[in-house]
Amino acid sequence: MILFDSQTILMFLMGTLETLYMTLVSTLFSYIIGLPLGMLLILTDKKGMHPIAWLNSVINVIVNFLRSIPFLILLVAIIPFTRTIVGTSIGSTATIVPLVVAAAPFVARLVEQSLQEVDGGVIEAAHSMGASPLRILLKVMLPESMPSLLVGSAIACTTILGYSAMAGFVGGGGLGKIAINYGFYKYETEIMWITVILLVIVVQILQEIGMKIAKSSDKRNI
Amino acid sequence: MAEDEKINKDSIIEIVGLSKTFKTKNSEVNALKDINLTINKGDVFGIIGMSGAGKSTLVRCMNFLERPTEGKVLFDGRDLFSMSAIELRRTRQEIGMIFQQFNLLMQRTVEENICFPMEIAKIDKSKQKARVKELLEIVDLSDKINAYPSQLSGGQKQRVAIARALATNPKVLLCDEATSALDPKTTRSILALLKDINKRLDITIIIITHEMSVIEEICSHVAIIDNSQIAEYGTVEEIFSHPKTQSAKRLVHPDGELLDFHGQAGKHVRIVFNGNSSFEPVISNMVLKCKAPVNIMFADTKNIDGKAFGQMIVQLPEDNTLSDKMINYLKTQNVELEEVYDFV
Repeated sequence: MILFDSQTILMFLMGTLETLYMTLVSTLFSYIIGLPLGMLLILTDKKGMHPIAWLNSVINVIVNFLRSIPFLILLVAIIPFTRTIVGTSIGSTATIVPLVVAAAPFVARLVEQSLQEVDGGVIEAAHSMGASPLRILLKVMLPESMPSLLVGSAIACTTILGYSAMAGFVGGGGLGKIAINYGFYKYETEIMWITVILLVIVVQILQEIGMKIAKSSDKRNI
Repeated sequence: MAEDEKINKDSIIEIVGLSKTFKTKNSEVNALKDINLTINKGDVFGIIGMSGAGKSTLVRCMNFLERPTEGKVLFDGRDLFSMSAIELRRTRQEIGMIFQQFNLLMQRTVEENICFPMEIAKIDKSKQKARVKELLEIVDLSDKINAYPSQLSGGQKQRVAIARALATNPKVLLCDEATSALDPKTTRSILALLKDINKRLDITIIIITHEMSVIEEICSHVAIIDNSQIAEYGTVEEIFSHPKTQSAKRLVHPDGELLDFHGQAGKHVRIVFNGNSSFEPVISNMVLKCKAPVNIMFADTKNIDGKAFGQMIVQLPEDNTLSDKMINYLKTQNVELEEVYDFV
């Protein structure tokens, strides 16, 4: 095992922070877009509280379309779009745009899935008390599915982290860039393996934190 | 006419010509057919039927959780069909409902669960807290105010559900198989609580059940629903002592097998005892007086609201003069009598 100089260590540290930055900011924006989309999917569904067939189909088609494009292709395909939004297509901040475009539809599905798990009886009880569909969505379905939503967000977060490493191939930042520059172009396998280990550790930590929060938020088995 | 107006004034729920059809891809299912029912203020009204008879659909038509296909539902004189969505939601705040599976919000504490209908009704936060304390005293669960539903037993969960259903001072409490998931002892305590609520708070209670014992225990009126229709309805006393339809007889005597007396020698009579007559040894007296034995085919008593109701099927002797003598004797006693050819 070789010892790294301080510059290399700094590089790893910066890479890790950049990866975390891309991942967390992308997750946040993916939820800002995906959460309402998932809620709309539930609300406007044929069996939902406020069926709107055309809107449901439109959202479904968009979500399925975006989810069926492989991330690497999406990344390249939307470079012009990324440029208009952040002014550049290179670097960590620029990577956030394709990450959000790819992850928001995924998040919408995760949210839809979680909300679907809410016991129909509880929703019926809320109806019997005279609650409006919007109130049921916000005050019953969201809080009741919170543990499941949090598990979903941990999954989304780690998936986005995986995508962010892929972005290293086309000028993205973070640990992915280090792995590609050193491991792929310069054949410095040690450095590549270090990034792999760092990625695994970051995923583990994010996953653990997500699951812990999800578990402590769940009042069903205390 | 004056009589009719009086009845309508006292009624809290009136159902006229109600039908409900569920459409599936390949077929239509008639869940309810031409239901007519009047439930008066202060009643404890039981609706009983086998599973699949349509009773759960019927109770959901009373607060429009299910929209009837045809007919009219009047709540406190107001037609639910003519209401806008907002009016309907406001009306639902006057109709509490509890369920077989309790349907509590699992991520909320007992207190927060009971506050939920008050949040919907936009009641002041400070008033909500005071009301929660009041309600928890009624359902005898004050010590569980900060517990989560998962920490409660089934009976306790149903008590929370009852407190929650009463939070907005409803006029009616709908109970959909509210005791079916509970053991017999807990069932009795929940029924006692419902009876107490009916008397103390003067809330009309409508109970859906498949158990005759629930009806016996607390109902003043009962409707028997069979095959999507109301077979008969009236006071519990009436139905228990004189079940007219086959479905009513089947429910009053759920374990009874069909006894067929066709082709058997001797007449069979059904004797109904009510109230005081059950304390007199009518059958023994008759046997002693006529000096001939009778064969008891079936006997059963039920205690309804403190009164004993009993019935007995006896096979009389083959000899017509003897059996006529017995029938005449029985007619002089305070019992009701009918000749039967089969019996469920």
